[in-house]
Amino acid sequence: MRFAALLLAALVAGLAAACGLARGSGPNMGVILAEAPASNLSAYGLFADIRSARPASGVVPFELANPLFSDHAEKHRFVFVPGGKTATYANNDVFAFPVGTVLVKTFAFAPDMRTPDAGAFRVETRLLIHKENGWAAFPYIWNAEGTEAEYAPIGGRRTIETISPSGAPLTINYAVPNQNQCKTCHQAGAAIAPIGPKARNLNHRGQLEDWVALGVLDQLPAGAPAAIAPFDVALPLDARARAWLDINCAHCHKPDGSASNSGLVLSATETDPVKVGIGKRPVAAGRGAGTLFQVIVPGAPDRSILAYRMASTDPGVAMPELGRSLHDPDGLALVRDWIAAMETQ
Amino acid sequence: MQISRTALAFPLVLMMAACSPKVAETPVGSLPTLPPPLPAAGDFGATLQGALISAKPGDTIVMPEGTFALSDPLSLDVDGVTLRGAGQGLTVLDFAQQSGAGEGLLVTSDDVTLMDFTVRDTKGDGIKSKGADRITYKYLTVEWSGEPNETNGAYGVYPVESKDVLVENITVRGASDAGIYVGQSSNIIVRNSIVEFNVAGIEIENSSGADVYGNIARNNTGGILVFDLPDLPVSGGNSTRIFANQILANNTRNFAPPGNIVAGVPSGTGLIIMANRNVHVFDNTFDNNRSAHVLITAYSLPFTDVAYNPLPRDIVLRANTYSGGGDDPQGILTPLAAAIGGKLPPIVWDGVSAWPGAEAQAVNLTISEAPEVGFLNLGVPAYPLDPAAMAPSPDRPQGTPPLEPAAIVLAHGQG
Repeated sequence: MRFAALLLAALVAGLAAACGLARGSGPNMGVILAEAPASNLSAYGLFADIRSARPASGVVPFELANPLFSDHAEKHRFVFVPGGKTATYANNDVFAFPVGTVLVKTFAFAPDMRTPDAGAFRVETRLLIHKENGWAAFPYIWNAEGTEAEYAPIGGRRTIETISPSGAPLTINYAVPNQNQCKTCHQAGAAIAPIGPKARNLNHRGQLEDWVALGVLDQLPAGAPAAIAPFDVALPLDARARAWLDINCAHCHKPDGSASNSGLVLSATETDPVKVGIGKRPVAAGRGAGTLFQVIVPGAPDRSILAYRMASTDPGVAMPELGRSLHDPDGLALVRDWIAAMETQ
Repeated sequence: MQISRTALAFPLVLMMAACSPKVAETPVGSLPTLPPPLPAAGDFGATLQGALISAKPGDTIVMPEGTFALSDPLSLDVDGVTLRGAGQGLTVLDFAQQSGAGEGLLVTSDDVTLMDFTVRDTKGDGIKSKGADRITYKYLTVEWSGEPNETNGAYGVYPVESKDVLVENITVRGASDAGIYVGQSSNIIVRNSIVEFNVAGIEIENSSGADVYGNIARNNTGGILVFDLPDLPVSGGNSTRIFANQILANNTRNFAPPGNIVAGVPSGTGLIIMANRNVHVFDNTFDNNRSAHVLITAYSLPFTDVAYNPLPRDIVLRANTYSGGGDDPQGILTPLAAAIGGKLPPIVWDGVSAWPGAEAQAVNLTISEAPEVGFLNLGVPAYPLDPAAMAPSPDRPQGTPPLEPAAIVLAHGQG
């Protein structure tokens, strides 16, 4: 019997090896490409040290020029592209990442947002994995000690007590999205896809040059587009507002996105004024329209549904629908300024 | 000491199971039996959402009897799943304390059936399905408690951008837009349902091929609407049959938020056909709709969509029964009726046949009703409305009836 038990153990170990489950340093392709997600975040081997969330070799931190507002969360992003492969550059679309790519996004909060690095704690980490049959999204929620994150397909809520960037006490009823909600934002037609890693969002501070040097990206053509910083007041207001709307809204408000049926398209590349909302009447907004008649009334932010919904935290009114329980004061001020500066018709 | 065969075989089976997912075989020739209901104890919202995420195509998820307070919205993204409760009013998903997202339940997968439960007091829409082909909604109740209120959600049952939509035996109460709303879809049946105390009872919008029959639309602001709107990805709504419905006393005040298109629906309207083509209305019973039983109208607001036609075209009304109503026209109809003595006949057409920048077109209305059924052409030449240019007339237009669309046939096995 004892021999049988040993044999069993050996076979299980063999199984682990056969399926690529063996623990070791560096990202574990068996776990990354497995059909089912791992129970624990550490199993992927994306972090050399899970406690400090220090990335493993080959897992490259990156930053977006213009991130989505998520209740003031600090986001830490990493990309892992399997050895010997590279992402293929694209001028406008998300880069074509090879199978086995993992995009990692950790959401963290500090007890006082004015000092974001002091005592920050991680709440959730979202993995977007390019499996053999397409991208898939997996949410993980960190334990209170910050020593491990557990797979949480149904998401969850967490109350976060903090001090806001403006110094006021702030309680956030933070929502970790469930797996379906991941798709709501990451939808591209019938499939799901990354949102952020496009040339224009990554092309700052020499980041894409680094990606090429590290072998993450195949090439960086001269003249690659770069998104403008929405809060750099030296830049044109129109371009800043459109850049903000692009990253905060256009993942749903695009022709193959979750909000396609609204006919409101907030991609920075959209040129039809009505599709951008100017003079456009609400369709299925319900009480989301408040007492207002048009998405954007040029010169009148107080009469524009866009600003009304951005300012709201009421479910059924608030836009974006997911990913925030607070409103973004900076984004709202920017969009209001943009509408106010439009020529009245 | 003998090596047991079992000990050897077990890890091998495990290995096979771990490395290559087993495909479930479909039993042949046996009726599916229902799985046991989900446990009611604990956090039912989490239990249910977990089941919706881990479901496999072909699964049925059974909800137990009971009222469950849910704090977060639900969503389903697996094809071929049936979600069922113990019955309308018996399994109640109560969203009064909901935080986050726009609807109670969102379905984004194909071949889904929802049946036998109630959704109550969602912050936004009740049940929405988007890009969900061959969806079936049946024996469901979606309601907002209390008096009709502008803070209620917009739509009760809300399939959009879908092909082959079946909505039957549904009850919706209190929607601040439409109780049953089918938008930007094709091949649709809405039947045998009750819609009451909504702004619009049933609305078919920017859709093609719909049969709406056997429904009771009562005590809404407007009973049934067939609309087409500009500046949407799918427009050119056409080919709808509205028949054998009871459209009664739709006299509730209009409680829609003012910017919504239905905010313009006059309280007391039975049926509105706006900017839609090839609509056949027959064998319905209209009673006591205080503004007018049937209103046929162009889209009256400015638009830039060059592909959009704002006129109703190829409309047939025949063999409907009309009684009462028209005695207290509301909204935009109040001043128009005042010009002709304050009351309206059962059928009112705005008379518009042109819009700014376009040639006049033949609207082609056919009114094949009993001779005593009154008709009014308001004689509006075009929008924007200029009361001085109106030329009201009681003469029925002499249209050429378009071919009636064939009855809608849904996908095999649907329903």
